[in-house]
Amino acid sequence: MPNLNFTAPTTVDEAVRALASASGLAKPLSGGTDLLVQMRSGRIRPELIVDLKRIPELIGIREESDHFVVGAATPGVMIYENEALSRAWPGIVEGLDLIGSEQIQGRASLAGNLCNASPAADSVPALITARAVAVVAGPNGRREAPVEAIVTGPGQTSLGKGEFIVEFRIPKPRPHQSDAYLRFIPRTEMDIAVVGCAVNVTLDNSGVCTDARVSLGAVAPTQLVVDEAAQALIGHRLDDDTLAKLDTAAGRACKPINDKRGTIEYRIKVAGVLARRAAAIAFERAGAR
Amino acid sequence: MAKHHVSTIINGEPVEFLCEPQQTLLDVLRDELNLTGSKEGCSSGDCGACTVIVDGKIVCSCLMLGAEAEGHNVQTVEGIAQGDKLHPVQQKFLEHAALQCGFCTPGFIVAAKALLDENLNPTEEETRYWLAGNLCRCTGYDKIIRAVLDAAAVMRGENPPSPAAYAQGGGVGAMRT
Repeated sequence: MPNLNFTAPTTVDEAVRALASASGLAKPLSGGTDLLVQMRSGRIRPELIVDLKRIPELIGIREESDHFVVGAATPGVMIYENEALSRAWPGIVEGLDLIGSEQIQGRASLAGNLCNASPAADSVPALITARAVAVVAGPNGRREAPVEAIVTGPGQTSLGKGEFIVEFRIPKPRPHQSDAYLRFIPRTEMDIAVVGCAVNVTLDNSGVCTDARVSLGAVAPTQLVVDEAAQALIGHRLDDDTLAKLDTAAGRACKPINDKRGTIEYRIKVAGVLARRAAAIAFERAGAR
Repeated sequence: MAKHHVSTIINGEPVEFLCEPQQTLLDVLRDELNLTGSKEGCSSGDCGACTVIVDGKIVCSCLMLGAEAEGHNVQTVEGIAQGDKLHPVQQKFLEHAALQCGFCTPGFIVAAKALLDENLNPTEEETRYWLAGNLCRCTGYDKIIRAVLDAAAVMRGENPPSPAAYAQGGGVGAMRT
């Protein structure tokens, strides 16, 4: 990595200027658990690394009236130790907690997991189903984008030159609303999702679903928002017929690849199974509120 | 490509060093500061041999740039023992022979010490999950888990049975039933 430069600005504006004015590849650094691996392997050769962790608003979790604000570079360990967020959105926290080891959790962040743009990123589906919004800073000021609008393909994002995510705004759950995230891996820990599925539901007082979001990971070039699966839940209790429709809708949305982790047929099958199981957990959690 | 001047606390002592932007914290520890206890296994965050504690949390020092350490508190395996007195985790690794080639051992010691700093009474399952980011290709992990659970017992003020008792059916195996 010859001619690499490193800077650690303390304000968003300085970071934007540094990233925007670089002549070659400039990469924002949060936890570095993907970035340093890619630099080491030679897959990317940045000219400039801009460490964002010295910018106070990028680290930490705070509550505003109707939403949580999570700093983009907040490490996983700080997020799952936050009781209010863990209680509000267990699915988001369990998705993040599945990433890597305790050592990785000490560094890895939501923005890094999202912007690394792996189809299998475990923290992304539940952020999508919670309707989380990414606040993006760039040379033209700040803009907001739904999380599902950030990743455009494997390793590709919609962020322009000089842009990076400052924070995520995650709406607080309504009464009887909750979520769940499940992933399938062939071992118990330290692996990449064969399929991941987040389900987020809102129930009425009688247990009928009034709103739902379903997102699948690792079955397409980006995380999928599966409207047909959400429609299968809305207006229903979690009976056998509803679960069967959810299963079918989830499988139908998949556009997976064959690879060493699973075949196309297997991933489609597992997507339906995970959707059923995640829905059952989300319904139970929502009903208990 | 100027070198970065970095001020840190390492094993309780103020340490300043110069590093290239691409040097990892592991590179700095081993090549600049002669703290060669932290090992380079995979260089990709999978094996945990380079585990260090930064501000109380374990990280892979191969996945952190030296420049990122500015102002932070780093603890390496060299800082685990108190002078000549081994940490209970180190003592129990010896007693249980929880190592063979020893390459993974510093990472396990540091990770286990951090676990016991947070939780003096971990279950076997919690211990196995906590150490999932540390790979050992020799021991099959069982002796490592026994050593960590025994160290926890010592730190709670208990007097766990000697490792020989495990060979007669005590210890972790018995706890599984």
